[in-house]
Amino acid sequence: MSAKNGDHKRRYERLRADLRTIADLIRPNTRVLDVGCGDGALLDYLIHAKDVDGRGIEISQAGVNACVEHGLSVIQGDADVDLKDYPSDAFDYVVLSQTLQATSDPKGVLSGMVRIGRHGIVSFPNFGWWKVRLHLLFCGTMPTTEALHYEWYDTPNIHLCTIYDFVKLCEKLGIAIEESYALREGGQARGFRATSPLANLLSEQGIFLLAHR
Amino acid sequence: MSAPNGHDYRSVAGGSLPGHRVILGTDRPLKLDGGGELGPFTLAYQTYGTLNAERSNAILACHALTGDQFVAEPHPVTGKPGWWELMVGPGKPLDTNRYFIICVNVLGGCMGTIGPKETDPKTGEPYGLSFPVITIADMVRAQKLLIDYLGIDRLFCVTGGSMGGMQALQWAASYPERVFTAVPIATAARHSAQNIAFHEVGRQAIMTDPDWYGGDYLRHGTRPQRGLAVARMAAHITYLSEAALHRKFGRSLREGSFSFGFDADFEVESYLRHQGSTFVDRFDANSYLYITRAMDYFDLAREYGGQLPKAFENTKVRFCVISFTSDWLFPTSESRAIVHALNAVAANVSFVEIKSDKGHDAFLLEEPELHATLTGFLNGAAEHRGLR
Repeated sequence: MSAKNGDHKRRYERLRADLRTIADLIRPNTRVLDVGCGDGALLDYLIHAKDVDGRGIEISQAGVNACVEHGLSVIQGDADVDLKDYPSDAFDYVVLSQTLQATSDPKGVLSGMVRIGRHGIVSFPNFGWWKVRLHLLFCGTMPTTEALHYEWYDTPNIHLCTIYDFVKLCEKLGIAIEESYALREGGQARGFRATSPLANLLSEQGIFLLAHR
Repeated sequence: MSAPNGHDYRSVAGGSLPGHRVILGTDRPLKLDGGGELGPFTLAYQTYGTLNAERSNAILACHALTGDQFVAEPHPVTGKPGWWELMVGPGKPLDTNRYFIICVNVLGGCMGTIGPKETDPKTGEPYGLSFPVITIADMVRAQKLLIDYLGIDRLFCVTGGSMGGMQALQWAASYPERVFTAVPIATAARHSAQNIAFHEVGRQAIMTDPDWYGGDYLRHGTRPQRGLAVARMAAHITYLSEAALHRKFGRSLREGSFSFGFDADFEVESYLRHQGSTFVDRFDANSYLYITRAMDYFDLAREYGGQLPKAFENTKVRFCVISFTSDWLFPTSESRAIVHALNAVAANVSFVEIKSDKGHDAFLLEEPELHATLTGFLNGAAEHRGLR
């Protein structure tokens, strides 16, 4: 048993910092859809440590093949296109980590997430972070940070937003924010909510637990 | 192999071919989609590996149009390697050290299972065209009787490529509680108009051969070999891709120069002629008609009011759908349609498209990514099934 726990701990430690916060939000024995699951690290952890029924959608075929070769249930697909196929309330959680800003229809994707899942979990880089603001102010070039490492001409991030923008959109779409976390540089959660007044300035990323109102 | 009491079966001697045979449908005949009945009837099958004590490690490998039960051993007629030797064996994706692999010659086949070349007990003559037209669902119903006979409650996996994939889908739809995983490869939930058209060309080649005798050729002591060879040649082109043909043959000439005649000048012609002529040694022309017809009729959604997702409603089966980029006979779009239907019922599905220039035949060939995918998927599923 302890060997198994050690195994889970190692899997947890290998997760990207924001994914650890997301993993902590997910209750055991639930149904999870990870949209943009990449190499499947989050799914792999959740399936083994929390006994979730986990599925993934990944846009890169190489990523999909690697996931399936590791025994994960993953299909090649696209958040913009494939969420509409699923029935309502098919999952307990639909996760979208670091992907919202790369979708062509963030509104449709967010609405789809809270339709097919009882909860949506979204993480994204905050364009309102002070370092981003200062970069534009002093350098005069498009900001690049650890979370936003692309140049303006090759970035897949076509719909960047600030935490404040995101909160306003959720209000407009009638999506409830049940919990939120502000992440510092490096991905560790700060002690305050992403919806608190200074979060938009002080957090590099935001993580939101959403539900249909 | 002992079977639970109460099943209607009778074991028979193996005949001239190796492998197992069983007579099924002795008490109750098999009801066919076409309205007729079949029974008692013989199924010829082959097994590899060992069935575990819980009978939980059985994998049904379903063969394609011209395949048969000899998956992983030299073919008893041609002496060539089994059609899926790359996939089935110790340490291979369908690992015979771990799984019990079953492969059944399909209904209508010509390698020991009942089909048009077998003798009709009512007349003492070969069935010929009096054999009932069968469907993919009929093939699966017959296989299910065998799985009952073997005392297997639930197959760990049903898999196959092309027509084998159709059977895997039909199994998952018809008997979801008897299947733990389904791996349909290079296949479709319905046969396309283009594929029906290719099949019709093949059938016409057979039926216009004067040696076909309205399907009665065995009584005339002959076989429509030219027609069947042409059917095979045409079909074989559809199994490859332009890139594969180009890589293999290009415009190479056999003698280095044109003959200015109609012999096989080009390597590719010679190859196709060889494919045609060797095929007729091992395959029955009427079987070819019946099995291509079964594929043409296949449209899984048809049983469910045209709604493919309904075929999989509430399914617990874990699916792994696989396609190949250069397969134009069963293109990736067909696999995607299956995946969409499975998503619509929130089924557990993986979908992998594998880059290959080998065309439809890629599922039979050395494709490391296919093998890695299948190994990984089965390992993950075995963990869930509690298989060692």
